[in-house]
Amino acid sequence: MATEHSRSSARLMIAPAVFVLLVWMLVPLIMTLYFSFADYRPLRATFETWIGFDNYASFLTSSSFLSSIGTTLWMVGSILLITILGGVLLALLLDRPMFGQGIVRILVIAPFFVMPTVSALVWKNMFFNVDNGLFSYLFKFFGAQPFDFLSQLPLFSIVIIVAWQWLPFATLILLTAVQSLSSEQLEAAEMDGAPALSRFWHIILPHLSRAITVVILIQTIFLLSIFAEIFVTTNGAFGTRTLTYLVYQRVLESQNIGLGSAGGIIAVILANIVAIFLMRIVGKNLDN
Amino acid sequence: MGRITLDKVQKKFGEVEVIPPLDLTIEDGEFVVFVGPSGCGKSTLLRLIAGLEDVTSGEIRIDGSPATNLPPAKRGLAMVFQSYALYPHMSVRKNIAFPMKMAGMDQAEQERRIAKAAEALNLTDYLDRRPGQLSGGQRQRVAIGRAIVREPAAFLFDEPLSNLDAALRVGMRMEISELHAKLQTTMVYVTHDQVEAMTMADKIVVLRAGHIEQVGSPLELYHSPRNTFVASFIGSPKMNLLTGDIARSHDATTIGIRPEHLDVVESEGTFVGRVGVSEHLGSDTFFHVHIPQMEEPMTVRAGGEVGLRHGDTIHLHPQADKIHRFDDRGLRVA
Repeated sequence: MATEHSRSSARLMIAPAVFVLLVWMLVPLIMTLYFSFADYRPLRATFETWIGFDNYASFLTSSSFLSSIGTTLWMVGSILLITILGGVLLALLLDRPMFGQGIVRILVIAPFFVMPTVSALVWKNMFFNVDNGLFSYLFKFFGAQPFDFLSQLPLFSIVIIVAWQWLPFATLILLTAVQSLSSEQLEAAEMDGAPALSRFWHIILPHLSRAITVVILIQTIFLLSIFAEIFVTTNGAFGTRTLTYLVYQRVLESQNIGLGSAGGIIAVILANIVAIFLMRIVGKNLDN
Repeated sequence: MGRITLDKVQKKFGEVEVIPPLDLTIEDGEFVVFVGPSGCGKSTLLRLIAGLEDVTSGEIRIDGSPATNLPPAKRGLAMVFQSYALYPHMSVRKNIAFPMKMAGMDQAEQERRIAKAAEALNLTDYLDRRPGQLSGGQRQRVAIGRAIVREPAAFLFDEPLSNLDAALRVGMRMEISELHAKLQTTMVYVTHDQVEAMTMADKIVVLRAGHIEQVGSPLELYHSPRNTFVASFIGSPKMNLLTGDIARSHDATTIGIRPEHLDVVESEGTFVGRVGVSEHLGSDTFFHVHIPQMEEPMTVRAGGEVGLRHGDTIHLHPQADKIHRFDDRGLRVA
C-alpha cells in the first residue's frame, strides 16, 4: 500500500515522538546503570566511579532481597486472584438487566479513579484504624474485640487496599467480554442440557479466557511497582517490603545510591523475565 | 416420537401481544415449516416450543404430556440456530459431544454416535478442527450433527440457511430433506423464504402478525390459498392481484392470477399492455407488463424463446379455471 515516499515521510513524522520516548527512558536507565557500578553515598561524600559488581553482589546476598521477592510474589499473586475472581463475578452480575444499571456501573468503576495515595490513606484512617475505623465499629457492634489490621495482618491489608483499587479495572474488561458472548451460544448450551454452572464452566469461562489473560498481563506490570500504598500504610515494616520498596529504602533511607541502583537494575531484569513469560502466554491465547 | 400440540398458546412481551392465542398440532414425523414475513412471530413461536421463551398463557404438549413449564433441556428437542451457535473453543468432536457429555452418556456410546453423525454429515475429516476453521456449510452441518446425536423427539430449525450463499443453500436444503426422509423425526423449520417452505415442507404454516393465516401442504396453499395474503406470499413470482371492473365481472372484489396461468396470445387478449422489464432465465422469461387501466404492472411467465422487447405490445389471456376469487374481506370465494 504505502509507497517508498509515504513510508519515509511517515518515519520522519514519528521521529520526534520516538526521540522523546527514547530520551525519557534511556537517560534514567543509563544513569541507573552508571550509578549501579559506583560507590555513591552522598551523605558520606563518597563517590567512586567504578567498583565493579560489588553493589550487585551485596544487594543479591542480603537477606532482605529474597524476602522482598517473596513478599512481591505474594502480594501480586493474591491481588490478581482477588481481582480476577471478583471481576468475573461482578461482570456476570452487572451484565444482568437491572434498575439503575448506568449508575451502578459508574459506581463500580469509581475506585479506579481514586489516587493510590488517597485510597490507601482512606483505608488506613477510615476503615482499618483501631480507634475510629469502620471495621472497629463493626467489630464492636457485634461485641468482638477491634482488630488492628495493619499491624496484625499488614500484607493482607495492603492486598485488600490494592485489590479494591484494581477490581474495577478487571470488572470493566471482563464485563465487555461477557457482553460480547452471543446469547445464541448460551441458549444452545441450555438446549443441550447444560445447567447454569456447566454453562459458566464450559461456555462463559473459555470465552473470557482471553480477557482474563489481558487483565493478568496489564495488572502484573502495574502491580510489580506498587509503592504509594506501602509507603502510606506500613512504611515497608512487618514483612510488607517488596522489591520496589527495598530499592527505595536503599536509595533514600540508607542514602546508598549505588546499592539502590543495582537493585533497580535487578528489578528491571526480573520484571522483563516475567513480562516475556506473560507475553508468551497471552500470545498463545490470542492466537486461536 | 414427536407430536407437538399447542393449545391456545399466547405470548406477550409486556403489553405487546406478539402471538395471540393460537392452536396448532404438529404430527409425529412431520416436516412443518413456519413461514411469514419478518416480524410475524415465527421465530418467537419456535422459541416457545423450544422453551427458550415462556408462554404467557396456554399449553404446550409434547407427545401428550404437558411441557409448558419444562426447562428447554427436559423437552427432548434439539435446535439449530441461525448463527449455528457452535462453541468456538471446542473442536468439532467436542461440539458434537457436548449434549451427550451433559447428559452423562457413556463414553463408548458417545464415540459411536459421533462417528455415525460425522459420517452421515461428511464431517469425518473435520472432527479435530475448530469451528473457526470451517466453511459456512460445514459449520451448519456441525450444528445439525450436535442436534442429531441427542436423538431428539423433534428438531427445531431457526432460519438455518439464511447465512449461506445461494448455491450452498440449495444443497443444504436437499441435505436437510434427505435427513428428514432418513430419520423420520419431526422437524419444525422457520424461514421467511417461501421457496424453502414449498420445497421442504410436508405442512406449511403461514403466519402474519402472530396469526396463523393458513395451514396446509405446499400444493394446497398454492392451489387454494385461503386469502389474499397467502395467495401473494406463496408462489414465485408473486400472484397478480387485480381489483375493479375485471374482478367484478368474476363476482369478486379481488381476483388473483398467477404469472404462470397467463397465456401470451397473438391478438384479442383479455389484457393488452406494453412490455416493461423482462427477466430472461433461459428456461422461462418473466415479463412485467404495464396495462393502462391498472396501477401495478402484471407479471407473466412465458417460455424462454418469446421474442418480445421492452415497449412491445403484448396480449394476455388468463386460463379461466386458474383464476382465484376473493371477497371484500380478502377471503377466498369457493
